[in-house]
Formats: sequence, structure tokens, C-alpha cells
Amino acid sequence: MRRLTLIAVPYLWLIALFLIPFAIVLKISLSDVALARPPYMPQLDITGGWVAIREFFAALDFENFWFLTTDDLYWKAYLSSLQIALLSTVLTLLVGYPIAYAMARAAPEWRPTLLMLVILPFWTSFLIRVYAWMGILSNEGLLNQFLLWLGVISEPLTILNTNTAVYIGIVYTYLPFMILPIYSALERMDDSLLEAAEDLGCSRLSAFWLVTIPLSKNGIIAGCFLVFIPTIGEFVIPSLLGGSETLMIGKVLWEEFFSNRDWPVASAVAVILLLILVIPIILFQRNEQKQREAEG
Amino acid sequence: MTQCAFAPWNDPEEKPLIQFRNVSKRFGDFTAIDDLTQDIFEKEFFALLGPSGCGKTTMMRMLAGFDAPTEGQILIAGQDMARVPPNKRAVNMMFQSYALFPHLTVWDNIAFGLKREGKDSETINARVDEMLRLTRLAKFAKRKPHQISGGQRQRVALARSLAKAPKLLLLDEPLGALDKKLRQDTQFELMDIQEKTGTTFVIVTHDQEEAMTVASRVAVMDEGRIVQVATPDQIYEAPNSVYVADFIGDVNIISGRAKTQGDKVAVLWAEAQPDILGTTSKSFSDGQEIHFAIRPEKVGISPDEPADAQNKIQGKVLDIAYLGNISTYHVELPTGHIIKAQTANTRRIARRQITWEDPVWLSWTDTAGVLLER
Ligand SMILES: Nc1ncnc2c1ncn2[C@@H]1O[C@H](COP(=O)(O)OP(=O)(O)O)[C@@H](O)[C@H]1O
Ligand SMILES: [Mg+2]
Repeated sequence: MRRLTLIAVPYLWLIALFLIPFAIVLKISLSDVALARPPYMPQLDITGGWVAIREFFAALDFENFWFLTTDDLYWKAYLSSLQIALLSTVLTLLVGYPIAYAMARAAPEWRPTLLMLVILPFWTSFLIRVYAWMGILSNEGLLNQFLLWLGVISEPLTILNTNTAVYIGIVYTYLPFMILPIYSALERMDDSLLEAAEDLGCSRLSAFWLVTIPLSKNGIIAGCFLVFIPTIGEFVIPSLLGGSETLMIGKVLWEEFFSNRDWPVASAVAVILLLILVIPIILFQRNEQKQREAEG
Repeated sequence: MTQCAFAPWNDPEEKPLIQFRNVSKRFGDFTAIDDLTQDIFEKEFFALLGPSGCGKTTMMRMLAGFDAPTEGQILIAGQDMARVPPNKRAVNMMFQSYALFPHLTVWDNIAFGLKREGKDSETINARVDEMLRLTRLAKFAKRKPHQISGGQRQRVALARSLAKAPKLLLLDEPLGALDKKLRQDTQFELMDIQEKTGTTFVIVTHDQEEAMTVASRVAVMDEGRIVQVATPDQIYEAPNSVYVADFIGDVNIISGRAKTQGDKVAVLWAEAQPDILGTTSKSFSDGQEIHFAIRPEKVGISPDEPADAQNKIQGKVLDIAYLGNISTYHVELPTGHIIKAQTANTRRIARRQITWEDPVWLSWTDTAGVLLER
């Protein structure tokens, strides 16, 4: 009995917070837009009995999904989101790995402090931090003023409202998700392994490639997924820092939903997005499981 | 025995392979190695013996190049090693923690060093297979380190350090995790390897029996210093201090005052007890503090008073430890001292003539023990 409750809790959680919302979104994506409140039809009316339910299901169709294929905005947005997510994941890895490495190499008494510094930004609102970046990156912003003062540039660079700003925003926001798993992998690594590698004829650099990198592989994979998965659907960063050229599916979704009030198409976009995300999520789970088995 | 013939440390012409010259190593204000000077010769099997924390691993790490001496010089084959990084030294080390690469199979662990040398795959395959056979690991070649037992991991570490056939091999407590039988086999294997390859071994152990079995010379360490270096039999028969005598094997120590009697020295150790007579090449002044050390197997035990022994004391059997092949008698003297005497059990136990509470005589010749100043 206790076992059953233990198993039931996560499943109830999953059903209440994932499956039911997903079923609702799926249902809306199969509906038609309507000038009503809520702005779609049909509505399920159980009081009408069996006939009403039959009519309700008969009214659902895949029209909205079909519509997504007719306008190339959508698949371009999906593709561009994937591309931006992929590139920002690589950038975050390039920035995050050295930081995680330095943290793991730091004197043990410094490590909790450094860890704290990495987590610290989470204590302020994400939105405020993105707005702060607008202040830094704008034409009259801190960065341009600083570069002008240094004399590196003679007129302000346009960074805000470009893809560059989006990349900066994403790398900044998701950096902790990359650093933490890599740090935890590196910190667990036994230093004598590097000594053994050197003893067997490796230079410092080849010991890094042959020992450190493979041993932090699982951390790297976990970090990449933790950045890649939420970045695909990212909406706040591209809409605040990006410009008209920045095409991301999260932004499209938002516009369909709030500007066009076309809930059914917005829902269809969301369902497809979820299907795209399921693949990396499954891969991520498999990586975690493999790691647990290797340690077990 | 080959050991008698092999004694390069006695040959002033011989060039040592390793030279420690006034080497000190400090961690903060803690001195791990204290002004150590020692030569180790080619083809030696040099054993470092000492209690935990006395600096054995630190000495090895300085030889391998992971730590630099705070003071002094280390020379290998006449070359100062100060600026030579670990990967440029013809030295391999077997780590006390094994330090196996967890992401590589047993096979790849052993092949790791060979691959770095850029050997062709055929040579590498042959060498790794040879090492696997030697350490009896062939069955586990495809496993990862976490899939094998502690003893097997230790053998992988050994195989990996042997694979490159280094000039100098450092073994830090290499056989600690092996069971007794396998440990003895591996000890002989090591000696065999050493004979075949001519590799110089420096081995750390806290198992004195192991040191005695494998070593050409044994160095006994205490708090960052080498107290005595000698061949196993010399260390055992002629320790230079109570510390060494006590550290290697079982020993009875009786302390007293020295008194010269002709060419012998008497130890005045208790009133109303006969003095202990011993021979020594050292000179003691009368009244000086002196320690008499004698191994249990050199103490005879008999129910009747022996007729012609230079030293004999009467006592009472307190305890008998039966070890199968030998028995150790703990004999209490009237003074309260407890002396251990060992005899080989050549007779069946039922026919033993001495038992608990029996009054017995202990006896030994005047050359059986050693006289020590400290
Ligand atoms: N990196 C280090 N920092 C501080 N103290 C150390 C370090 N390495 C070893 N020591 C100290 O030096 C002493 C000798 O250590 P070690 O050589 O490992 O002893 P052992 O003879 O047991 O191998 C120990 O007291 C140890 O605490
Ligand atoms: Mg040690």
C-alpha cells in the first residue's frame, strides 16, 4: 500500500501538471477559432448527453496543423529556433566549461563561495536581469559608452535588437545550467588521474583531452540539454533583446495567442514544439540513466 | 643466493641511479622529508618501510616528479630532475589509490602509456596481452574498473605501470589489497620481472615480511628520515636502534646500564638477576644506558636448567600462542618483564612438555642478541 502511494505521487503530479494541460491544449489545437469567450469552438457540453459528445468530436479536425504547413513563417520559425538554440548551447558550453573547470580547480575552501556566485543571479527576477541587459547593450548603453571611452570604436555599435543581443541574453541566462552539471562532474574527478596520465607520458594538454574531457562528458551532455531544451521555446529574451530579424517559435506562439487571439493555431504551434522537444528530452533522460548505471 | 653477489652499494666505483642529496620537503611548516641523503643503484629492489605518515609516498612523488623538493637535489642517472616534468621521466609509478581511468576498459588502461609512445598497434596489442597474462587479468580485459574487484584493480594498476618497461618503477603499497596467496605469488612475479627486465624498483610497503621477501635493501623510515638502510638479513639481525628492531619482526627489549667485561658487555638490568652478557663491536662506557634486543626464536626455553648457557633466566609461562608451525611462549620474569620465546613445533601438540604456569628456564648465547644505544 505504501509502495503504491509512493509510486502514485509522481504520476498524479504528472497527470495534473502535464497530461491534463496538454490534453486541453491538444483539444484547442483541433478546434476552430471563434469570436467568443473562450475564443474557440466547439465547447464540450456534457449536459447534452451522448449526441452532444458525438457532435463535439465530429467538429474537431487537423485544419490548424494543415494551416501551419501553408505559411512558411512557421517552419522557418521552428528552424531558426533550433539554429539559435544550437548555437547558443555551443556558446554557453564554450563560456561555461572554463568557468566550471576553474571552480573545480579552485582551493576547496573557495568552492562554496564560487558556487554561490553562480547561483546568485537567480535571486533577482529574470525579467529585471533581461531589462538590465537592454540598458547595457543599447546604443547609449554602458557597453557602447565604455568602448567609446576606450577609443576602440568611434561610433556606437548596434547590438540591441539584433540576434547578437539574443545570443548574449541566452548565454547569460542559461550559463548556470551549463556550469553546475559540468562543475559537479569535474569536482568529483580524482586529481591523481591526471598525475597518472602525465606519469604515462601525457602532456598537460593531452591529459586534459584524454582524461578530463571524457570524465566530464556526462556533465557536458546534461548541461547542453539543460540549455538547449528551454532555449528552443524561449520567448522573453528574443522579444526584449531581439529585433525584427529574430525569428523564434516562442515569439510566434506569443503573437498568435495574444495579438491574433487565434488560440487554436497557437495551440497547434505549441503541440508541434512539444513534439520537437520530446526527442532531446528522451535523449537527456537516457544519458542520466546511463550515468546512474555507470555509478551504481 | 644472488643477493650476496649483488651489492653495488658496497662498490665505490658504481654510479647510483638515484641520488637524494640533502632533500627536504615541507608542506607549510610541516616537514614531511627531513634532510634526506640516499643512493639507490640500478637493478636494485629498494623497499621503503615505515609507519603511515612517515613520508614514503612523498619520496615517491618527488621521484615521479609530482612534487618538487623544498630543498636539496634529486638526481636520476646523474641528471638533476628539478626541471624535468613527470611525462619526460623514464619513471612509472603505481599509485596507492591505483588511479585507474574509470572511462577506459582494463585493456585500454594498460595500453594508455604505450599509445602515448606512438607504438604501432601490433606492438601495443602484444605488450598489453603479455601484461594481462602476467597479472592474470585476460578474462577482464573488456571490463571497466568499477566492474572488477579491489584486488583485480590493483593488478590492473600494476600492469599499467609495468607496460612501458620503465627504467625505474615506483610501487606505492602495490600489494596491500591482495589476499595472502596472491600476494606471495605476485611478490615472486615482481622479483622475476625485475630479474628479466633489469628494472630498478622502489617499493613502499608497511608489510615487513613483504619488504624482507622482495628487497635487495630495506630502508626503515621514521618521521621524514631514513633510520637505517641495509639488506633484509642485516636489518633483521643487526638493527641499529630499538626503533628498527621493534619495527621489523618480533623482538624482546631489555633496558639497563652497560658494564664492560673483557671483550664483552654486560647489561645490568635488574637487581637480584644475573647480568645479560652480549658481544658488540660498538664501545659502551660503563653506566651508559643500553638496550638489549633479542628475537624470540633465538631464546631457548626448557623445563630444566640448561647446563652451559651464557645467559639464563628463570620465569613462569604466562601464555602460549600456537601458530601451527611455531609456538610463542610468553614468559613472565620475577621482575615483571615479559619475554617471548619461540620454538618450532616439530612434535605433535599432545606431546608438548611445557604448559601454562610451568616454571621454565630461558637461555641464549652471548651472540644471539644485539646491544643498542638508543
Ligand atoms: N599535499 C600535502 N599537504 C600537506 N601535507 C601533506 C601533503 N602530502 C603529504 N602530507 C603530509 O606529509 C606526511 C607524509 O605523508 P606521506 O608521504 O603520504 O606518508 P606515507 O609514509 O604514509 O606514505 C603526512 O603527515 C602527510 O599528512
Ligand atoms: Mg602513503
